[in-house]
Amino acid sequence: MNLRDTLTLSFTTVVSYRTRSVLIVLAMALGVAAVVVLTALGDGARNYVVGQFSSLGTNLIIVLPGRSETSGGFVSAALGQTPRDLTLEDARFVGHLPQVRRLAPLNVGVAELTSGGKLREVTVLGSTAELLPIRHMKLSQGSFLAHGSGRSAQIVLGSELAHEFFPDGKVIGQRIRLGDSRFMVSGVLASQGESMGFNSDEIAIIPIDYAQELFNTSTLFRILVEARSRNAIESAKSAIQHTLKLRHDGEDDVTVITQDAVLATFDRILRALTLGVSGIAAISLAVAGILVMNVMLVAVAQRTSEIGLLKAIGAPAADIRHLFFAEALWLSLAGGAIGFGLGHLGAWLIRLAYPDLPAWPPAWASIAGVATALITGILASLLPAARAARLDPVLALSGK
Amino acid sequence: MIHLTAITRVFQMGDQEVRALNGINLEIQPGEYVSIMGPSGSGKSTLLNVVGLLDRPDSGRYKLDGTDVTALSETEQARVRREKIGFVFQSFHLIPRLTAAENIELPLMLEGVDPADRKARVEATLDAFELRDRAHHRPSELSGGQRQRVAIARATILKPTALLADEPTGNLDHRTGAEVVALLEALHHAGTTLIVVTHDRELGARAHRHIAMRDGEIIGDART
Ligand SMILES: Nc1ncnc2c1ncn2[C@@H]1O[C@H](COP(=O)(O)OP(=O)(O)O)[C@@H](O)[C@H]1O
Ligand SMILES: [Mg+2]
Repeated sequence: MNLRDTLTLSFTTVVSYRTRSVLIVLAMALGVAAVVVLTALGDGARNYVVGQFSSLGTNLIIVLPGRSETSGGFVSAALGQTPRDLTLEDARFVGHLPQVRRLAPLNVGVAELTSGGKLREVTVLGSTAELLPIRHMKLSQGSFLAHGSGRSAQIVLGSELAHEFFPDGKVIGQRIRLGDSRFMVSGVLASQGESMGFNSDEIAIIPIDYAQELFNTSTLFRILVEARSRNAIESAKSAIQHTLKLRHDGEDDVTVITQDAVLATFDRILRALTLGVSGIAAISLAVAGILVMNVMLVAVAQRTSEIGLLKAIGAPAADIRHLFFAEALWLSLAGGAIGFGLGHLGAWLIRLAYPDLPAWPPAWASIAGVATALITGILASLLPAARAARLDPVLALSGK
Repeated sequence: MIHLTAITRVFQMGDQEVRALNGINLEIQPGEYVSIMGPSGSGKSTLLNVVGLLDRPDSGRYKLDGTDVTALSETEQARVRREKIGFVFQSFHLIPRLTAAENIELPLMLEGVDPADRKARVEATLDAFELRDRAHHRPSELSGGQRQRVAIARATILKPTALLADEPTGNLDHRTGAEVVALLEALHHAGTTLIVVTHDRELGARAHRHIAMRDGEIIGDART
């Protein structure tokens, strides 16, 4: 029997055992759809996190006071050494390193913002003009902190604060009180919404000196450093560590994090997660394969007399084997195709529900899902097909 | 053309051996009309299955048209079955999912006849067997007589030299049975060797050669 007739005949069979076929196809389809949807979710989450991190800035290095927990913080604490603080002076030295394009020292605190009878507690960032380019922030009005504006009492408001305190839209040049000092609004941040759990629409930014005065501190919360290039990140990191160690009497008491390293870690974790969940989904496909095998075995048992008849009218064993193969092929092909469709529909619905999440199924996952369906289907039909081909036609015909 | 020498077929039933065929010697010439009769369990079906290459004898020689077919491979035997043998069974054995026309077309498919040619031959066969208006009915929508007509059409569409019928009228009432017999005899008149296993004395008597079996042996072989 030629290929076309084999496919046609087995297709007729698949269609006429409707309920059985629908169930198998459904099981297959759900497996494939699960692979597609779960990888879409996993990959979407990964891309989302990577995107969020990238929006923090490029070639970013973060310096924070204290050793990281994993590298001897406990020992130095046990020895009674308190880590040295990070100061503006430290930042100045780091700024002179050739690998560093620019940097922004950072202080963070909470203070009361008051104007025209309105009062609100806000998160305050103290920094310099460089914060804007380093953090990829955008302004909707006015200008950011001026360069070298250490002593001028400027304030930049988040878009929501600006709207709340100056609903008429006349913001720039207005006076506003933060804590005990008066500031003049120089700019308003463009609305960005929440990013990394931090809503930049509800913050106020003031020059670092004012912030240190306001919070009565001389130490820095962080130094944000932008390296000259991606390739300079590692050498910048060690140069910063070296410089600060020298300045801190040989103590390794700062932690330098590169965004790349954090990103790579997240990337790895989320990739592993995606693979893990798609692996689990693939197991459901294997289960579908076992289902196919059982159903095909039942089909062989149900159709023994038919197989006997085919042999009686001259079908060689190979033809009978091929017929059962083709049947499994149709079932898994339909399962794979429908699962592919369902999976992409599911991913689309997820993207519709969570527009921030780029839940696109990766091509490899779709291909792997459908291929796994086909391969399991065919593997699952090997045994039943062989059994059918081996049937003794006399017994088969007598229905024993 | 059919030449059996010392054919035995032994079945194992638990620890008991059943000699379904016990040293059968038989020669059947092309164009003969043979009936095989005998009590139930005497080995009639087994003999027919061996002749039709559905079953392999445990010993003995079977020459079909001069070739020793017991030595052929499974695939070669399938080809011989397809091209030289037509089987008709008591219980029709039609494929329930396929229409009458599709059931009749099956051997052509197995033979690899191309679709256009196939269609023409199926049409001609449907006409010859007066099944034209039943062509697109499934077996469940056909009467017993019609089913057996479809089965005979399927068995003969590749123009086999021998038509083997195992109790072809066993599931039919008297009148339909007679119609089926008339059909088989018409095929015999057209040149086909016809071998009929039957319980029905009346049908058995119609053949030109009568073989009687008992306990796996041929106990009578008479011509009329
Ligand atoms: N597959 C089998 N396994 C065991 N015994 C069998 C088998 N087929 C036939 N027999 C036995 O062989 C004998 C002849 O059977 P069969 O040829 O079907 O007889 P008949 O067609 O004349 O009624 C019987 O005793 C039957 O029980
Ligand atoms: Mg019998």
